[in-house]
Amino acid sequence: MSGSSGFETRASRAPQPAERGTPRFLDSVALIAGREITMRFRSKAFLWSTGVLMLAVLASVVLGSIFGGQNEPPKVAVVAGASSVVDGNEELDGVAASDRAEAEQMLRDGEVEAVVVPAASDPLGITVIGLDSPPTAVVRALSVAPGVEVLEPAATDPGLAYLVAFGFGIVFFMSALTFGTTIAQSVVEEKQTRVVEILLSTVSARALLTGKVIGNSVMAFGQIIAIAVLAILGLLLTGQRVLLGGLGASVVWFVVFFAIGFVMLAALFAATSAMVSRSEDIGSVTTPVTMLVMIPYFLVIFFNDNPVVLVIMSYVPFSAPVGMPMRVFLGTAAWWEPILSLVILVATAAAAVLVGERIYRNSLLKTGPRVRLQEALHG
Amino acid sequence: MLELDGITKRYGERVALDGVGFTVGDGRLTGFVGGNGAGKTTTMRIILGVLAADAGTVTLDGSAVTEPDRRRFGYMPEERGLYPKMRVLEQTVYLARLHGWSTAAARRNALELLERLGLGERVNDTIESLSLGNQQRAQIAAALVHRPEVLVLDEPFSGLDPMAVETVQGVLAEFAASGAPVLFSSHQLDIVERLCDDLVIIADGRIRAAGERDALRTQHGSDRWELLMSGDAGWLREAPGIEVIEFDGGWATFEAASDAARQAVLAEALARGEVVSFTREHTTLAQIFKEVVR
Repeated sequence: MSGSSGFETRASRAPQPAERGTPRFLDSVALIAGREITMRFRSKAFLWSTGVLMLAVLASVVLGSIFGGQNEPPKVAVVAGASSVVDGNEELDGVAASDRAEAEQMLRDGEVEAVVVPAASDPLGITVIGLDSPPTAVVRALSVAPGVEVLEPAATDPGLAYLVAFGFGIVFFMSALTFGTTIAQSVVEEKQTRVVEILLSTVSARALLTGKVIGNSVMAFGQIIAIAVLAILGLLLTGQRVLLGGLGASVVWFVVFFAIGFVMLAALFAATSAMVSRSEDIGSVTTPVTMLVMIPYFLVIFFNDNPVVLVIMSYVPFSAPVGMPMRVFLGTAAWWEPILSLVILVATAAAAVLVGERIYRNSLLKTGPRVRLQEALHG
Repeated sequence: MLELDGITKRYGERVALDGVGFTVGDGRLTGFVGGNGAGKTTTMRIILGVLAADAGTVTLDGSAVTEPDRRRFGYMPEERGLYPKMRVLEQTVYLARLHGWSTAAARRNALELLERLGLGERVNDTIESLSLGNQQRAQIAAALVHRPEVLVLDEPFSGLDPMAVETVQGVLAEFAASGAPVLFSSHQLDIVERLCDDLVIIADGRIRAAGERDALRTQHGSDRWELLMSGDAGWLREAPGIEVIEFDGGWATFEAASDAARQAVLAEALARGEVVSFTREHTTLAQIFKEVVR
């Protein structure tokens, strides 16, 4: 065990070869973040869950177009004598039938949704025949409606507002929870397998935490972008341009708020999970942070029509990523409001990262029972 | 030369290290011996900067060890661990890169080292799929892959099979021969005794003895002799100036009050029968250890 393949002698250490430098903070962070990302892509569970989430988004867009009332006008069979009523009505697609019997047969065969026949006894001169229930859409198309005025028109259809609120809420909730849990597991894995001691003898706790937060934030952010692109493409391809126009600005704000908000949550997930030593304990120790993720989701679903709650939500850092884009969508936010809220969020995120780093650094080498918060904060 | 001076560490009320100081010379394999909880791991963690001392200094070649210096240390913690799902080579290269090596050079170092540790066939297996012994070898590769200038190993031999012990001994000896200070702890006193140049003995957070192995042996060795002869050695108990320590048939260990008394024992033994051996008892590290920690 000696000879040419041996170790360099210490005398040779003074001039360092170019292939070995003193790593800078950012180099270490990039390496750590890169490892997080590589390992995530290697996880089958991650690939599957992402695929399922993407499919769900695509399905909701497609289903939205099917049930969204953008259908073609209903087909009706028209018996001669009634054609003057149907022709020129853009809400109906008339198909000529020679007599009532043929028209009824077409209805029974499912070729048309209703039949319109002349009726001398009727004031309008026609009768509408349905198969098993009154064909309301056809009746409405043939009815005369009075003029309607609304004194205080709602800016946005409440049904649509609910859908958008649900969309922001679920995407925030799913992504934050998925990647928050991922970062928690990654922290505990390093503690549980003890590799953390080798890492800490090589890089600082700050570099380790930053690398983890950035790696997982990039993944979460990438997923959000992918979802946004998929949703926009889906809306375009299914011809729902109207909805897209209203959503554009709020989606952009959502992405920006999410990016900052996730960094904050990631730091908190990393810090809390560093306090335990076994992956079984992650759930209980991260519960407070999980709550912070879940509460905005429920609030926006239940209170998306309550302006006061929405205003509060849009400024509280933990719910701002959902609340502020929602208000932008509803058109109730002044131009400076998202910017102010973003400043608050950035400040809170910075504080969370600092406190998180402290807890993380003080807890990493303490194996065994759960580290008390007091101890974690003061070292 | 790595030097510790006045290192003190408290955990609440408990004093884990109390003024610990010793040196690890360049090119010296230094064995670090102590019971459980004596403070070995805490000392090593402080050397590596993983833990902060309450007082005291760690210096390398006379100047305080800084963060960048520590990047050139190699460390094998007592609590073993690598990423279970990473491949052996990938993991080793990753650690070398964290120490500042370029990817290509890290890969070259890693392959060479893994080959030497007998893991050449396993470089693309995940850590979790390796046998325990091979995981240990991978752990040693992780400590050495960045060609450290100082090596600190906490229990490097625990859990190794005899073949692996041999390999690791060779690697450590070669490493020290390149001029680096090497500090390693072990419970296996026979290995420490065979391998190390210098010894540091710690108990209850205090250094009890430190220095060259042979000097310590002379210093703490008792003047004990061993006699093996044909026939019964029971007469020894009656011999003047002799204190028998142990006795069994023709075998006995004893201490003599003077050289003359000892020579008299040999002459008497020769007169009574055939002497198989008459030697000064070899002082083992275990004996020194027991004596200094008492």
